[in-house]
Amino acid sequence: MEKSRPLWDNPLQFVFACISYAVGLGNVWRFPYLCQMYGGGGFLIPYLIMLIVEGMPLLFLELAVGQHMRQGSIGAWKTISPYLSGVGVASVVVSFFLSMYYNVINAWAFWYLFHSFQNPLPWAACPLNSNHTGYIEECEKASSTQYFWYRKTLNISPSIEENGSIQWEQAMCLILAWLMVYLCILRGTESTGKVVYLTASLPYLVLLIYLIKALTLHGAVNGLVYMFTPKLEQLANPKAWINAATQIFFSLGLGFGSLIAFASYNEPNNNCERHAIIVSLINSSTSIFASIVTFSIYGFKATFNYENCLNKVILLLMNAFDLEEGFLTADNLNHMKEQLMVTYPNEYVKLLPQIKNCSLEAELDTAVQGTGLAFIVYSEAIKNMEVSQLYSVLYFFMLLMLGIGSMLGNTAAILTPLTDSKFLSTHLPKEVISGIVCFINCIVGLTFTMKAGNYWFDIFNDYAATLSLLLIVLVETIAVCYVYGLRRFEEDLHLMIGHKPSWYWKIMWAFASPLLIISLFIFYITDYILTGTLQYQAWDATQGQLVTKDYPSYALAVIGLLVASSTMCIPLGALAIFIKRRLKREHRSTVA
Amino acid sequence: MQGFLLLAFSLVTTAHAEFCRPDAQNAFKVRLSIKTALGDNAYAWDASEEYLFKAMVAFAMRRYSSQKTTQISNVLLCNVTDRVSFWFVVTDSSKNATTVPRGEVEAAIRMTRNRINNAFLLNDRTMQFLKISSTLSPPTEPSVPIWLVVFGVVFCLIVAGIIFLIVSGIQQRKKNNKEPAETENLEEKCEATVTIENGMPCDMLNLKTGQINGGYAADDERFTPL
Repeated sequence: MEKSRPLWDNPLQFVFACISYAVGLGNVWRFPYLCQMYGGGGFLIPYLIMLIVEGMPLLFLELAVGQHMRQGSIGAWKTISPYLSGVGVASVVVSFFLSMYYNVINAWAFWYLFHSFQNPLPWAACPLNSNHTGYIEECEKASSTQYFWYRKTLNISPSIEENGSIQWEQAMCLILAWLMVYLCILRGTESTGKVVYLTASLPYLVLLIYLIKALTLHGAVNGLVYMFTPKLEQLANPKAWINAATQIFFSLGLGFGSLIAFASYNEPNNNCERHAIIVSLINSSTSIFASIVTFSIYGFKATFNYENCLNKVILLLMNAFDLEEGFLTADNLNHMKEQLMVTYPNEYVKLLPQIKNCSLEAELDTAVQGTGLAFIVYSEAIKNMEVSQLYSVLYFFMLLMLGIGSMLGNTAAILTPLTDSKFLSTHLPKEVISGIVCFINCIVGLTFTMKAGNYWFDIFNDYAATLSLLLIVLVETIAVCYVYGLRRFEEDLHLMIGHKPSWYWKIMWAFASPLLIISLFIFYITDYILTGTLQYQAWDATQGQLVTKDYPSYALAVIGLLVASSTMCIPLGALAIFIKRRLKREHRSTVA
Repeated sequence: MQGFLLLAFSLVTTAHAEFCRPDAQNAFKVRLSIKTALGDNAYAWDASEEYLFKAMVAFAMRRYSSQKTTQISNVLLCNVTDRVSFWFVVTDSSKNATTVPRGEVEAAIRMTRNRINNAFLLNDRTMQFLKISSTLSPPTEPSVPIWLVVFGVVFCLIVAGIIFLIVSGIQQRKKNNKEPAETENLEEKCEATVTIENGMPCDMLNLKTGQINGGYAADDERFTPL
């Protein structure tokens, strides 16, 4: 009896799986940063243009390929042309690298989630030093949230060379994260299909709660107004357009093979065109929605810090000149400072280095992205809210849901080709294959729990997927349009969704998207070449801040290896098939 | 008499000024932030409050063993400002014209710091004794860290879920393997029953007497009995 391919129970599961995969941490921690850096509300213009020109067509392409070929990435590209099997392998390799380091974020989310059940929150105050006369020095120089992240969570070493030992707490959280992922993918689409209902919808519930809370916070409006006032001159900056294109590209998760894997479990006549549009629109609107929440939180935090700074200056002046309490307020501070300068010139000059110039704009300008935003800035804002435990639990639970949702897609990209291959599926049941993949990833992921682990995490985060994905998607687009043939693809789509794709899709696939990807590719290569040596941010415990250091040579070698191992799969795959065919032809000619 | 009183008074004030002045030996500066701590319920700092302060310091010195005879008059206050900050010094009642050493006063205040704070409804931050470090109370830590408890619960749930899914998967596979074997058995049984149930029992066909088919009743005699 022929084993039929497992299918999604209904098209809604497929849509939820795609949304759960596409809507990930990048929507929460990367898009608000880009919005802030490249012109606030004005950034939406390049973003939406890129969505229509690049995001929707490429998403539609991948879903259509997966749904038509009904195989994982390796099988799908092999069917299009045997010389393209390397593309599938490259996708699997990149997904493998991604799943290795991505689950560490889930481990951190678990760690913070478990610590949210304490009152007070452990990152709310600095711990005391050994003789209880003050706070620990590193915590005083930095802030309590930074201390908790860099010391208590990561226990980070001063540089990437000092490896240190594995932190057992982080290792335990990582193992738990992998067990959770295994639980969700254990039964294939049967279990994944049910889990994605949760991972896709719960983050929206939490974001809604946060939106309502964030808008009521004191100072939230400052953040919203500052960030969303469009600075249209940024539109002339090419970096804005490039970052918009990059963000759309990576946010949708193109090129990893996950979308092909998800679509391969579809009914053959599923309307993937409609689903592609829905998923990409939901992904972008989630980014905008999350950035409203983030900007409100920024505004709250900036106002809080600004008022703290003012209070510190007022206290300093009051203590130095023995002024009555309430004499100095935030409003008359500047005026009084001048008066004091006139009346007590000597003492005032002595105090001058300690008096900081408090500025709300400067606080709002501190742009943060990545793990810094998610784990430091947000936890700092949360600790100042009332009922902070509740909001903390909600927030880190949301991060966990977003992370697990993306992990489901990543592991699907690896497992679908493996379970499709006849060799493996006949010898090992699906549960064992999933278990082996999770186990290998977990063991390798333990390197990210070492003291220098966060530096290696940054290497993987910045270099493992960026260039390779651009190349993979470029080859994919060219393969479908020119190798497979646009006409043939049109007819396949006609069979699947009942009508031929409109001229708009065809122009985007054939010309606009490849050109865009080529220009992004050229830009990145020139950027890497021009910056020369690559640098990273290391945490200096003595100063309590980040310092820039150069990567040592072996780290650069690892970076090169990461990029090469995935990109080289494409030409090597073609070469391997070419050689195999030559040998077969020679063998046949000698036999005949 | 009056001259004597005047002399004594001037001696006392000069002694007062000599012992208690900013940066004097064994003198401490105190700074209070009453409005910050109490807001609308803030009290005004007047002579009565100063008297209470002197009483508290005298109490502290008495509690700390060696100065059992400290009187309120031994505590001298000076330079009271609007900030509400002032200097104080404790004179030694047993030895004339000396002040109690700095270390002793510091140790005494540290010992009874909590009581002094509470007398004024303030805390270590709003009632500052400059140069006397306060002992910060460490947060109470439960014996088992809470995060481990939550971790344990979640871990057990997930492992239980995995085991359940694996076991049910194995059972389902066993059922699937049994089903092809069972369908074969069923087919054999069906053939056996079919031979019995096929219209007429086959045994009956072996009987000499058969059932007479009414349709051929007319041609009855032509046929030889079976």
